[in-house]
Amino acid sequence: MILTGRVWKFGDNIDTDIIIPAQYLAHTDPKILGRHCMEPLAPTFHEKVKAGDIIISGYNFGCGSSREHAPIAISALGIPLIIAKTFARIFYRNAFNKGLALLEADITDHVAEGEEIEVDISTGLIRCRAVEIQAKPIPPFMVELINAGGLINYLKKQLEGKHERV
Amino acid sequence: MGMTITEKILAAHTEKDIVEPGEIIEARIDLAMANDITAPLSLEEFDKVGAKGVFDPEKVVFVLDHFTPNKDILSAGNCKKIREFSKKYGITHFYEGGACGIEHALLPEEGLVVAGDLVIGADSHTCTYGALGAFSTGMGSTDLTYGMVTGRVWLKVPESIKFHCFGKWQKWVTGKDLILYIICMIGVDGALYAAMEYEGEAICALSMDSRFAMANMAIEAGAKNGIFKVDDKTIAYMKEHAQKPYKIYESDPDARYQSVYEIDAATIGLKVACPSLPSNVKDAAELKGIEIDQVVIGSCTNGRIEDFEMAAQILKGKKVAKYTRCIIIPATPKIYREALRRGYFEVFLDAGCIISPPTCGPCLGGHMGVLAKGERAVATTNRNFIGRMGDPGSEVYLAGPAVAAATAIKGSIAYPEEVL
Repeated sequence: MILTGRVWKFGDNIDTDIIIPAQYLAHTDPKILGRHCMEPLAPTFHEKVKAGDIIISGYNFGCGSSREHAPIAISALGIPLIIAKTFARIFYRNAFNKGLALLEADITDHVAEGEEIEVDISTGLIRCRAVEIQAKPIPPFMVELINAGGLINYLKKQLEGKHERV
Repeated sequence: MGMTITEKILAAHTEKDIVEPGEIIEARIDLAMANDITAPLSLEEFDKVGAKGVFDPEKVVFVLDHFTPNKDILSAGNCKKIREFSKKYGITHFYEGGACGIEHALLPEEGLVVAGDLVIGADSHTCTYGALGAFSTGMGSTDLTYGMVTGRVWLKVPESIKFHCFGKWQKWVTGKDLILYIICMIGVDGALYAAMEYEGEAICALSMDSRFAMANMAIEAGAKNGIFKVDDKTIAYMKEHAQKPYKIYESDPDARYQSVYEIDAATIGLKVACPSLPSNVKDAAELKGIEIDQVVIGSCTNGRIEDFEMAAQILKGKKVAKYTRCIIIPATPKIYREALRRGYFEVFLDAGCIISPPTCGPCLGGHMGVLAKGERAVATTNRNFIGRMGDPGSEVYLAGPAVAAATAIKGSIAYPEEVL
């Protein structure tokens, strides 16, 4: 699958309190969560971002809490993909479980804010204006999980199988 | 080739004898936990999959501790949903109201986690139970739903990093100072995806409360879990609390480590993590004169009896500085009662502190002590990210109970000798 989108650049250690501050965690509605995405760093982010845009970041994106509200808030804005140097482990699981794609690559120095890039999610090839960069391949187990339609669909199929046997 | 304690516990929860770092396994879980913030999303997923129930009503735990006592109508609604679910599916360990404490202080105290267990929780600080020689790790609500329904979880076996600590501790220094020192040394992603394993004579000298505080903050170095070797203190703790048999695992002498650190306890003083990362650590003495509006002594990191004992020793006969607020939050009803019984509440009230019921409350800027723009707090909590305790223009300094109590008296960052 090939995605084309404008780039929004963030730095290192973007934590979940930045992605979605705790004061909004009593909400579960994606639309409301999206409105407060990145609020402490960029209060108008939700207004400026367009569906299809891509987040680019440095090391340890998504560090901090286990709140799944974080990938939900990002997806609610129509952002399909984050490319970062590394991801915090709980955020990594949560994003794939919620259908938000992540690629690990060092591209922050090669793209300008607002630049359009083209990304082949299946091969991990990123085409920036100046260079092509190959992301680390998504681990085979995660690919399997994605192909199964995510963890919840995988579970659904397991349960349906069980019910049939009963 | 030998295995680490983490690898052994993981292997024991699969059909395999040996597991290796990097391997993906599906493991049995002994407990799955969620709170009032993460459970609502889990229950939405639960409805979507059409499950008939949970894998074992004895092994699914709900703790309503974050935005409770209910801070607003939405929070009240979330708690109501979890309560109704718990009634419907006969969840044994459903905690709210007067039975409820902060999850990671409550579960060990209730004896629901013991050495050798594999625990998952929809809360990043689930890694706390590693203090008991268990494998425990935090994940999101969807993973928790999978665990709740199937009793299983997929995990990548982590590499391990060993921290061997020797030497004697300085006065007032606790596990909080050591873990801040370690996070400063390796960075907030220094243990990304890895297990942090602690051992050595200086670790054995630490109380269980100190070990819980250290395991709790493994996530602040990006780790999957923090884990301690079981010793006499662990066994004594489990004998007092455990509701089930425990199993002790130990790392083999030839186990493989990503790296090994040697730490001399005597070199570690009172530490403070400055805004806005837990790795931005300085000695408390370097930060003299920084004015503080609010002190919080509590949380899943440092809301245990040892923390209040230390705070009471320092606050006894003293007053909290004018224009500084000091909020005391015992983490569980048992800790609350014990602090009351020992006369600490008298000390805190005489000093002008506020005593809160058990709640996560201000730690994540929820309620019971939210900061205004430009305000600064010293907190015994675990995160000092931008806006963590309130307005994005407020700041949080992380410390242990001794620095927190001394700071409350002075109104600016202080260490005990300055106020005693």
